[in-house]
Amino acid sequence: MNVNGRIWLFGDDVNTDLIIPGRYLDNYDPSHLAAHAMEGANKEFASKVSPGDIVIAGRNFGCGSSREQAVTALKQSGVSAVIARSFARIFYRNAINLGLYVLECDDADSVFSDGETAMLDIDAHTMCSDDGSRRVNLTEIPNHAKKIIDSGGLIPHLKSQIGKRDH
Amino acid sequence: MAKTMAEKILSAKARKDVRAGEIVEAEVDYVMVNDITAPAAFDEFEGFCTPPLEKKMVLIPDHYVPNKDVASAIQAKKMRDFASKYKIRNYFEIGSGGVCHQLMIEKGFVAPGRLIVGADSHTCSYGAMGAFATGIGSTEAATVFARGVLWFKVPESMKFEVNGQLGRHVSGKDIILTIIGDIGVEGALYQSMEVVGDTISALPVSERVTISNMGIEAGAKACIIPPDAKVDDYLKGRVRDTYEKVYADKDAEYSDIRKYDAKDIVPVVAKPFLPSNVAPASEVGVTIDQAYLGSCTNGRIEDLRVAAAILKGKKVHEGVRMIVVPASKDVFDKAMEEGLFKIFSDAGAFISGPTCGACLGGYMGVLAPGERCVSTTNRNFIGRMGHMESEVYLAGPAVVAASAVAGRIVDPSEVTG
Repeated sequence: MNVNGRIWLFGDDVNTDLIIPGRYLDNYDPSHLAAHAMEGANKEFASKVSPGDIVIAGRNFGCGSSREQAVTALKQSGVSAVIARSFARIFYRNAINLGLYVLECDDADSVFSDGETAMLDIDAHTMCSDDGSRRVNLTEIPNHAKKIIDSGGLIPHLKSQIGKRDH
Repeated sequence: MAKTMAEKILSAKARKDVRAGEIVEAEVDYVMVNDITAPAAFDEFEGFCTPPLEKKMVLIPDHYVPNKDVASAIQAKKMRDFASKYKIRNYFEIGSGGVCHQLMIEKGFVAPGRLIVGADSHTCSYGAMGAFATGIGSTEAATVFARGVLWFKVPESMKFEVNGQLGRHVSGKDIILTIIGDIGVEGALYQSMEVVGDTISALPVSERVTISNMGIEAGAKACIIPPDAKVDDYLKGRVRDTYEKVYADKDAEYSDIRKYDAKDIVPVVAKPFLPSNVAPASEVGVTIDQAYLGSCTNGRIEDLRVAAAILKGKKVHEGVRMIVVPASKDVFDKAMEEGLFKIFSDAGAFISGPTCGACLGGYMGVLAPGERCVSTTNRNFIGRMGHMESEVYLAGPAVVAASAVAGRIVDPSEVTG
């Protein structure tokens, strides 16, 4: 899968309170959550993000609460993938379970700039600047996780497994 | 093969011999959801078209109950309706319930050797009783309602040994904040922490829960403390079913072993905006607008007693609001019986029934721009308890109570003499 999108660059330890502040958790409607996505880290994000955009961050992205609303907010905003040096464990699992691509990369946050567009090739696990001059390799998504994401998330994945057993 | 506690519990629950790095499907003993995480889980669950495994399920509204507004009321009602539709016995209404993690422990769902998941990141609290417990998302919770199993990557383990006698006013909160200050907020990422040593054995169960509760703030998947006779005593008369204590083998492999001398640990504070930004309370000194005592981290009767001992006969500083929130009905009742509410009220503190509200900036103690709160909770991220320009300083109950009296963050000895 190839995606061309604008890059939104963030630093280390972007926690779930920044991705979707606790005060918005009284309503789990995806469009309500998307309207406040990344509000704690970048106030312009929710109004300017477009389908296909790519979030790049440093270490420990998604640390803090188990709120799946953090993934829902990003996914509903149209974010195609989050690329970070490392991910907090629960956010990483939630992203896989809701079908959002999460890829580790040690240098994307130093190679790409906020606001530029780049081409992400999920299958080849690479990302390349528009002019082709800069390219980074991303860590391959573990096979069991990729199967879940490709099914559209954990629930569709489990249903497809049940379907396979039945026939 | 020698095993860590995490490897032993996951091996038992996966019914095969597993070690760190393997991915297993394991049988879950209990799955807990709260009013923030339950509604999405219910929606996902209905798609399975199967009855839920109700014996394994525990439903605890606590974050925004009593309902903070109409939106919260709708989420809480969804929980109540689901419990009623599927006849789920383990649903705890306000008035009999409280903060989910305190309730899971009080009501005997948590016991040594169990595998428990919860759609709340502080589910790792149950490691204090020798269980393997970890936070999950709503979707995963829905799959456990339907199937009773979940996949886990068996984590590597880090060992933290604390030995020696703690000084005056130093508690479990100071131990875990000191550890997080040492290893950082991703110091235990994807790993299971094992916290051991004679200092830990000497701690009451409640302070051990504080330690395990904050393992997630170092990125840990679980934070386990070897169970002992104190855990058995606590569980007498409250535990559901039988349990078996599990211990790490002597030559189990750890990715890291760190040792701490209890006498080097002092009352500390985690300054904004990360739980790892730790400094001795005596060096902080900033003025405060609010002091918060409560939460799954430090809302137990033992915490309230510590604070009451400091506040007795004293007044909360002019210009400081102090909020006391017992973590459960049982804690509330005990505090009332022991006369602690009279002490808090005489000091000028506000007392509420159990709720998570203020800890995550929901209600019952939200901060205005520029305000500063010293709090016994677990997170001090930007905007965590209110406005993006407010600040949270994390500390144990002694520092919070003493700071409420002093009007600025102090070492408790400055107030107690």
